[in-house]
Amino acid sequence: MANFSTSEFKQGLKVIIDNDPCNILENEFVKPGKGQAFNRVKYRNLVTGRTLEKTFKSGESLPGADVIEIEAQYLYDDGEFCHFMHPETFEQYQATANAVGDTKKWLKEQDSYTITLYNDQPILVSAPNFVVLKVTQTDPGLKGDTATGGSKPATLETGAIVKVPLFVNEGDLLKIDTRTGEYASRAKE
Amino acid sequence: MSWQPSASLINIRARAEVLAKIRAFFAARDVLEVETPLLTHSTIPDPNIASFKTTLNNKNLYLQTSPEFAMKRLLASGTESIYQICKAFRYDESGKLHNPEFTMLEWYRVDFDHHALMQEMDALLHALLQTKPAEKITYQESFQKHLNIDPLNCSLDDLRTCAQQNGLNDIPDLDKDGWLNILLIRFIEPHLGFTQPTFIYNFPKSQAALARINDDVAERFEVYINGVELANGFHELSDTNEQRQRFIADLKKRAQLKLEQPPLDEYFLQALANNFPNCSGVALGIDRLLMLYTKTKAINEVIAFTIDNC
Repeated sequence: MANFSTSEFKQGLKVIIDNDPCNILENEFVKPGKGQAFNRVKYRNLVTGRTLEKTFKSGESLPGADVIEIEAQYLYDDGEFCHFMHPETFEQYQATANAVGDTKKWLKEQDSYTITLYNDQPILVSAPNFVVLKVTQTDPGLKGDTATGGSKPATLETGAIVKVPLFVNEGDLLKIDTRTGEYASRAKE
Repeated sequence: MSWQPSASLINIRARAEVLAKIRAFFAARDVLEVETPLLTHSTIPDPNIASFKTTLNNKNLYLQTSPEFAMKRLLASGTESIYQICKAFRYDESGKLHNPEFTMLEWYRVDFDHHALMQEMDALLHALLQTKPAEKITYQESFQKHLNIDPLNCSLDDLRTCAQQNGLNDIPDLDKDGWLNILLIRFIEPHLGFTQPTFIYNFPKSQAALARINDDVAERFEVYINGVELANGFHELSDTNEQRQRFIADLKKRAQLKLEQPPLDEYFLQALANNFPNCSGVALGIDRLLMLYTKTKAINEVIAFTIDNC
């Protein structure tokens, strides 16, 4: 991959910082009246997902990172890797527990997830903002109680446990916000 | 991609207004407007300033980064106080506050020291932006006030520790001036010039550039409004030998950094040796001034066509 100098850092450019592939979010050129110029760069580490800041001397360069994002269907977990398949090329990808991270609890077979590939290896698996999952276990619902507050835990088909309103029953389909892990609404098949 | 200007019509008119007011300000004070070349055979050796280069008859020509050397030749020839509004060019400087081609107001006042020139700058800012009378603070006081460190009498380690204590852990290896600059940018500049313009003056002598050094500090100043540096001025060095030594030191730094070695401006060095008057001079970024005048946040809102659409 080519090297990119600070003046080429644009939003969306993928580069390697501290050995990890990163996505540039912001690049601010700062220069005192007389003296060394700097670039303050905000970036997301694509392995950890963390947003960080780093200051570079202007003119420094970083190696580009061969990073792409694909949509792929979740197939199964063999205990070591989670397997995914590209719906058109049928190419299969195996993601480590590290790459899957917290997304594991939203993984449902046949559903589609975003996989970030670095040198063709999955480094990050992200769920869509909302997923629809079935309740497999929860205490019996309270009939008629649809208005008052109060919540109870419910276990979903992927194993995730979320807080749900009291009226939710086993077998219900729920729309969950994966960013907060919270119940959003009931859903239809 | 758009053929249309990035600046609004209102801001394009504001530029004309501001330029007319500046010319009126100097006409009333009997300061002569001059023009000097944008293309020159030599350029500043400062390792932190990069010039655009072209050629004519196999000789290098540079787009000026500031009209300083040519204006000083005029001063030595006896013009008395002068000003110029011109384009200046800095390679690879681009951002919210920078465009590689920008407009500069530069003026020189014979028999002014840097304090007298700061006073005149304050009057100009008041005339253009209706600012309150400026505050003045030395470079040393600004560091003591905001960072509790003495920038003139501290070590490289002190500066690094100070940066770390303030949460700066992401900085590359820097020399002492590099650390001073980053601390100034991150922790001092953001506080300057919000109720009135702030002058920072008497810089470390390692950052003298073309200013005189007196009592171990450089007679140099900068002006800030709303946290943005607007102008940089000097009580001008008039000693041609010292000027040459500073240029040579700059060329050595450029060699270490593997940067081009431009020829020194011998005309300028000769002018300093021939009746160069006691004077102070300052350069002000017109585009940033216009950002304040029009209350805009980015330089492309006041420049019709920036590097991104020219």
